[in-house]
Amino acid sequence: MLAEYQVFGPVHDDGVTLFRQIKDPSELDLQFSNSSMPPKALLLRQTETLFKFRLGRTVKIDRVNLPDDRTVIFGIRPCDARSLTILDQVFKGEYEDPYYLAKRKNTVLVGLSCTRPEVNCFCTSLNDGPASAENMDVLFTDIGEKYYVEVKSDKGKHLIAGMKGLLTSAKEENEKKKKEVERKAVASITRSMNIEGLVNTLDNMFENPFWQTIAMKCLGCGVCTYLCPTCHCFDIQDETTVTKGARVCVWDSCMYPEYTSQASGYNPRPGRMNRVRNRVYHKFNYFPKNLDVTACVGCGRCIDNCPVNVDIVDVVTRAQEVKV
Amino acid sequence: MNNNPYLPWLATIEEIRVEVTGDRPVKTFKLAFQDEKLQKDFSYLPGQCVMVSLFGVGECFFAISSSPTQKGYVEVSVIKLGKVTSALHECELGDVLGVRGPYGNTFDVDGWRGKNIVFIGGGIGQAPLRSLINYVVNNRKKYGKLDVIYGARASQDLCFKKELSELEKREDVNVHLSIDVGENGWKKFVGFVPDNLLRVKPSPKNTVAVTCGPPIMIEFVIHNLLKLGFTEEQIFTTLEMRMKCGIGKCGRCNIGNLYVCKDGPVFSYKQLKNIQGER
Repeated sequence: MLAEYQVFGPVHDDGVTLFRQIKDPSELDLQFSNSSMPPKALLLRQTETLFKFRLGRTVKIDRVNLPDDRTVIFGIRPCDARSLTILDQVFKGEYEDPYYLAKRKNTVLVGLSCTRPEVNCFCTSLNDGPASAENMDVLFTDIGEKYYVEVKSDKGKHLIAGMKGLLTSAKEENEKKKKEVERKAVASITRSMNIEGLVNTLDNMFENPFWQTIAMKCLGCGVCTYLCPTCHCFDIQDETTVTKGARVCVWDSCMYPEYTSQASGYNPRPGRMNRVRNRVYHKFNYFPKNLDVTACVGCGRCIDNCPVNVDIVDVVTRAQEVKV
Repeated sequence: MNNNPYLPWLATIEEIRVEVTGDRPVKTFKLAFQDEKLQKDFSYLPGQCVMVSLFGVGECFFAISSSPTQKGYVEVSVIKLGKVTSALHECELGDVLGVRGPYGNTFDVDGWRGKNIVFIGGGIGQAPLRSLINYVVNNRKKYGKLDVIYGARASQDLCFKKELSELEKREDVNVHLSIDVGENGWKKFVGFVPDNLLRVKPSPKNTVAVTCGPPIMIEFVIHNLLKLGFTEEQIFTTLEMRMKCGIGKCGRCNIGNLYVCKDGPVFSYKQLKNIQGER
């Protein structure tokens, strides 16, 4: 695999586990629960050069080559794989984003089932599971002395073809064992939210003072958007010297007032309440309306890392209880 | 169409017209695509927008203020406010800009055939209406009675003065101008645009009303249109938001679940009333 692909996998470094390019399997941290940051940055780069230009009396645009390296994301968790299926829908459509899609096309997701979900995991509330192979090309599940391997796509088949010698056909007992591992993992997930009827609930409570209450403690730091595997909003900026420059696409965050601030000074979402509400609605109301999917995968990172304990499970649960 | 939606085409500034001077200046830029084929083939309808770039400064989303009946170029009318628009105001003839688009939906110029149209504009909000007005005037026979209601803070802040005075000369277009505060020599209406609308009192019968201007003006115009008997389906407006991509991906221009860049900028009041979201 390492000879044919550039391989990214979970690497433990200074207290956190992140997806990094590896040269040797020994670099992998396979004991991780989930990576501190989702691997979305491998496809949706934090800074992406859209094109370069040369300035002068006339302008010359220089296109950049789209990357064509064959890539494996090894050890991606089912929730993060699901987030990429969601992002695919954002970047496809009437206008296709060639930068994301070029990388996506050349990327093989070789996932690893969760055997030890974290305390704030709730993927099971979002029609997903800790050992779901649905959004994977290949999924490995640790069943004790062996890995149970599921191949879900042509990309996966091609990759697996190169490792035939290492694999044996799965027996019924192996499959049973996988189910058992999955059952145990599911049972260890303690948190849940109810998204049934949520689109409608939210439709009826946009003006509810509930959102003031929720936003009261938010600091607007944006860490939830930075770590969210489905957050994809971006800014476009020009970086330039006197004679040349580049137009770059960079991550942005809806939690910052500048995000919507207009040149006239007017800002349609001036308050933190507006921004918090917009973020919740974007995930649980606008996404379902526009793309028929809830843009939360239950990874729990926003809960783990919020400095003031804004808890999305709690927000949704309480929203469902608001009397409208 | 090139297959990378972020790549602009190069266009040269062929003409710059000063519309408004002073603190809040407005200029109209006539842009001609360098690619001759594109110059011929670039097609759009009133209401649509383009993303204009100043290389090294950034991009801005503007309503096209020219009419598609004027072939070979696009015009944008820009008020000097932020980083990009300020730099644009420094541009000279022959400078090269980037243009991508056209983006967004359009005024329903086919569906409105045979109808009377009331245009209600305020300040720079006249830019998208200018495209529509010129389109309709150039296809004059296809439409009914035309009322152009337009106002600004002061007489010097009215955009497209020359075109407006030509429209005033026409028998088949009624122009009703206003300024917010009276001035020596101003003989037309003094007061806010929504009040001028009440004074003009267009009949809602077989009529559509199209409005664009500052959010507060739009709000009162709609209020007064309803008072005059217009239904929600007869009222249209065109909105703006901060935008970056123009293609519904960067996230910021949403009103509820709709993106102004892609699902707008033209909305009927009926539609708007049913979307919850900041605007």
